[in-house]
Amino acid sequence: MTAPSLVIAVPSKGRLKEKAAALFEAAGHALRVKGHERGYRGQLDGLPDVAVEYTSAAEIVHQLRAGRVHLGITGEDLVRETLPDLDSTVEFLAPLDFGHADVIVAVPECWLDVSRMADLEDVAEQFARNHGRGLRVATKYMNLTRRFFAKKGVTGYRIVESVGATEATPATGTSELIVDITSTGTTLKANHLKVLEDGLILQSQAHLLASKGAGWDARAREQCERILSGLSQ
Amino acid sequence: MTAETAKAFEALEVQARDLVALFGRAGYEFVAPAILQPAGVFLDQIGEQVRGRSYVFTDLAGEELCLRPDLTVPVSRLYLERHPQARTEARYCYNGPAFRFQPLGPSATHPREFRQAGVECFGAADKAAADTEVLLLAVEAVRSAGLRDHRLRFGDIALFYALVDALELPERWRLKLRHYFWRPPSFHALLDKLAKAERPEPNDVVAKLGETIAGKSQEEAEDIVSAYLHANGIPLAGTRTLREIAARLLDQAADLYADALPKEVETIIEYYLAVEGTPRDAADKIGLIARGAGLDIDGALATVTRRFDLLEEAGVDLSGSILSTEFGRKLEYYSGLVFQIEAPGMDETEPVAGGGRYDNLLTALGAPRPVPAVGSAIHTERLLAAVGGTPS
Repeated sequence: MTAPSLVIAVPSKGRLKEKAAALFEAAGHALRVKGHERGYRGQLDGLPDVAVEYTSAAEIVHQLRAGRVHLGITGEDLVRETLPDLDSTVEFLAPLDFGHADVIVAVPECWLDVSRMADLEDVAEQFARNHGRGLRVATKYMNLTRRFFAKKGVTGYRIVESVGATEATPATGTSELIVDITSTGTTLKANHLKVLEDGLILQSQAHLLASKGAGWDARAREQCERILSGLSQ
Repeated sequence: MTAETAKAFEALEVQARDLVALFGRAGYEFVAPAILQPAGVFLDQIGEQVRGRSYVFTDLAGEELCLRPDLTVPVSRLYLERHPQARTEARYCYNGPAFRFQPLGPSATHPREFRQAGVECFGAADKAAADTEVLLLAVEAVRSAGLRDHRLRFGDIALFYALVDALELPERWRLKLRHYFWRPPSFHALLDKLAKAERPEPNDVVAKLGETIAGKSQEEAEDIVSAYLHANGIPLAGTRTLREIAARLLDQAADLYADALPKEVETIIEYYLAVEGTPRDAADKIGLIARGAGLDIDGALATVTRRFDLLEEAGVDLSGSILSTEFGRKLEYYSGLVFQIEAPGMDETEPVAGGGRYDNLLTALGAPRPVPAVGSAIHTERLLAAVGGTPS
C-alpha cells in the first residue's frame, strides 16, 4: 500500500463527527470508516489518495501544529486557545457552519452592579479588600481568558482550571465567575448566570484548517483543491 | 537556557558564597526555602499576570504548584512557619534559583532560570532605619562583587497614597485611585473619566434602582437589593455578599449624581506622577506641588528625606541617583520604598538588584497582625555579567 498524498483529521465522536460526515456526504465524498464501525481510519469516496484519521477535536489541533496531518476539522475555540503561534502554524480554510458556540464571560445574576468587563476590575478591588484575595475565574480556556481580560484592562483575578460543569462553580463557591461556551444560554440561565454585555470573547464554529508545517507537495495540494471545491458546491 | 559551562557555574558559586557571607556578617541568617511552592499563594497575591510568567503545574495528587518566581514570598512563608504569632524581629538571607517564563524566549539578560541572592528583614519597627539598612547592604553587596559604577533608582508608593489621602475626594474615588495606581494605562483613563464627569452609562438595573438607592444607608440599600432579587426570582448565590453588591450599587448611584473631579486635582496628580530627578531635587519638587495645592503630605515626605539623609551619612553619593514617582507601579505587594540598582550600559528593565518595602504581604499570607517587612534581591547572573565575570 502506498502512502496517501493527503491526510485529513476528523473529529472522532459526537455532534462534530456527525456534522463532518454530513458535510462530506453533501460534497459528494462520503466518509467510509475502514474496518469495523469504531475504527480510527477512513476514506473519502472518490478520493482514494486521501486518508482520513479520526481523532479528538483537541488532538486535531496538536496534529495540525505538528504537521502530522495536512487538513483538520475542529473548533475555532480550541485552535485559538491552544496555539500561541497560530498564524505561523495553521490557516483557516473555511468556516463550516456547524459546531456554533460562543465563548463568553458570565457572572452570577445577583451581581446587579455588574454588567460590563470594566465593572470586574472595580469588583476585584472591593473583593480583595473584603476577602483578601482576587476574583477566581473558572474556565478551561486559560489563554483566551488571559488575553481577553488583559485587552479589557482587568487584572485582579486568577484562573482556576475547570474541565467540567464550569457553570456550577460560582454557586458551589469554587469560583466567582466563569468563562465558558454557550450555544443557547439555557445552561447559564439554569445556573443563574448572566453574560456580560461586552463579554463575548469569541463566536466559534467548526473550521476546515490547513497545517502550514505538513508536507505540501503537488499531489497534496491537488487533493486539497478537490476537497475544497467539493465543499464549496 | 543553554548548558552552563563549569567555569560560569563556578564563578556564580564563588560570587554567591561571598554575597551570603556578607549578608551573614550583617546579621542575616541563611535560609533555604522550598523551590516548589503552592501556586495559590502567588496567584492570590500577585494575580493572574504572574501566572503568565510562572511555571505552574498540577502534580499527581492534584495540587497546584509552581516553581518559585521569586524568593520574597517563600521567605515570608518561612518566617510565618517559624513565627506564627508574627511578633518576632527576624533577618534572613538566601541564594537560590527562581524561574520565570520569558514570553519572548529566554535570553542572557532575561533567563527563565536564574539565581537570586538577597535579604528580607521582618518586624523592624523603625522603618526608615530598616529601609536604609537593606538598601546599604544591597549597595555594599554589589560593590563587593566588583561593581564600582552604579545608579540607584527610587520610588515610594506611600507618597502617592499620602497624596491621595490628602486630597479632597469621596472615599470611593480614593479607593479607586489607589487600586488603579498599579494599572497605569487604566489609571490615566480613570482620571480622565472622573475629570470629565463622564457619567458611567448605568446598566439597566443601576438605572432602575439608582434613584431609589442614591443617598440611602448601607442597611437600606441592602433591603432594596434584597427585595429586587426576591421580586425577580434571582437567588443570592456565590461568594460575593449582599453587603458588597449593595455597597457597590450605592457607589454607582452616587456617581450618577456626582460632580466632576476638580481640574486642579487631576493636574496635581498628573504633576506628581511626572516628577523624576535626582533624589533631593525630586523630593523638593514633590513638596512644592503639595504645598502649592495646600496638601499636607509632610509625614510621608519626611520619611523619604530621612532615608536619603541616612544614606548620605553612610557615604552613599546620591547625586547620580534618580527618584521617580512612577517607578514601582508593577508589583502590587510593595507598600513603601521601592528601589533598584542599575549597572552602567544596562537597560532600566535589567537591574542587577531591586527591592522594597511590603508591609501588607504577611497579613495576606496569614499573619495574625501586620508585619513591617523590607527586602532586596540581587540578580546574580546579571551582576556577574556586569562585572565582566561571565565568559561569553
